[in-house]
Amino acid sequence: MQSLKMKQFANFKWSVAALMAIASVMILVGTASQAQHENGSGKLVGTAAGTDAASQVMIDNFVYSPVPLTVKVGTTVTWINHDDIPHTVDSTQGKFKSAALDTDDKFEFRFTEAGEYPFYCRIHPKMTGKIVVQP
Amino acid sequence: MADKKQDFIDQRLHDLNHDGVDRRGFLKCMAWAGTGLVWTLSAGVPVSRVFAKGAKKDAAKGGDFTFVQISDSHIGFDKPANPDVTATLQVAIDKINALPERPDFMIHTGDLSHLSKPSEFDTLDQALRAAAAKQIYFVPGEHDMLSDNGEQYLQRFGKGAKGTGWYSFDHKGVHFVGLVNVANLKAGGLGSLGHEQLEWLEHDLKGRSTSTPIVLFAHIPLWTIYPDWGWGTDDSEQALSYVKRFGSVTVLNGHIHQVMQKVEGKISFHTAMSTAFPQPAPGKAPSAGPMKVPADQLKKVLGITDVNYLVSGKSLAVVDSPLDGSMSAGSGE
Repeated sequence: MQSLKMKQFANFKWSVAALMAIASVMILVGTASQAQHENGSGKLVGTAAGTDAASQVMIDNFVYSPVPLTVKVGTTVTWINHDDIPHTVDSTQGKFKSAALDTDDKFEFRFTEAGEYPFYCRIHPKMTGKIVVQP
Repeated sequence: MADKKQDFIDQRLHDLNHDGVDRRGFLKCMAWAGTGLVWTLSAGVPVSRVFAKGAKKDAAKGGDFTFVQISDSHIGFDKPANPDVTATLQVAIDKINALPERPDFMIHTGDLSHLSKPSEFDTLDQALRAAAAKQIYFVPGEHDMLSDNGEQYLQRFGKGAKGTGWYSFDHKGVHFVGLVNVANLKAGGLGSLGHEQLEWLEHDLKGRSTSTPIVLFAHIPLWTIYPDWGWGTDDSEQALSYVKRFGSVTVLNGHIHQVMQKVEGKISFHTAMSTAFPQPAPGKAPSAGPMKVPADQLKKVLGITDVNYLVSGKSLAVVDSPLDGSMSAGSGE
């Protein structure tokens, strides 16, 4: 009897563990897709709570920083414009293109492949930056 | 005695280095800032004159007509450097309307709007309706190309223009060419005219008599002022090579929100001030962004720069006037 209960309990424990594992994966996927944007062509994003500073590019005084920003595959990078003049984020390879970002506007893009991604501001083309995505 | 002194001043104001520009006179007159620039064409040489109340009429000099250049209205900008750019634009328009001689037309050298929003273009349209000069020619700035590569700008302000908005027209024997150097800008580059426009320009100028006065206008300066801040046009040399043969060429630009000038042979370059906000002199600030000045001084730096050259028939004079109505002691002719 005891052993049966224990087995049931063990099964129960494993089921709970399995459920928890599935739940965690779902939460992770959910978070990721929230940050994901299929439409990379100029969709503005509101405040992204919990954005990791390590995946941010600041824009101020006509400068992107840091350059380059190095992240891992799967990271969503957030560009934030702190300048008092609008700027854009345009991939030189045509992979992403933001709308005009006014002060405090943000743009996000999720990098799914390793590589180097140079970008620039199409309003002030002297402003250039780069995202380096590592596997 | 007075004549000698005047001669001395005249000499200093003229041709000090035999290049048509006197730096000392020029720098002296840079003390005033301004928005509207009034040009008079006198014997084919553009001569600007004081753009403020009390300006003497230029009739004695035989000016054929006058036109006004405004630039960089940036409708939609609302940061501390100027929270109400529509109001300062209206002040500039009031000044234009108060001119003793109504200009034949106006030229707006770009950055009509700040963010290419329809509401911003609407507001600009409304404000310009108050101008007595009904004919207004435009070229876009990079701020007018933001949401749709300039489609909206073209529809509203570039009817009949080619490509991204270039065109030419003749007025009383003077040939005007509006150029667009703010489209398809490449990473790390400056302004750009592009192959198609350059081909069109070459063709447009072909066959015209070298005595035809030429006026080119574009948003970004067509000469290299300060590359670090993008103040120049990568392929302007080619454009300028097409106009070199003409006897009088004037290039009018905006973009840098301050007056700068250069004379190179028979080509005179001039940038206008903004009606919205000033920008720092090259290298004098970390970046080219809007420059804040005390509120009571804003209209001084949006006013007109009064460069008081006498018309020699060879060098051109550029006269601006400040929004706050102040004028230089020796201004006017």
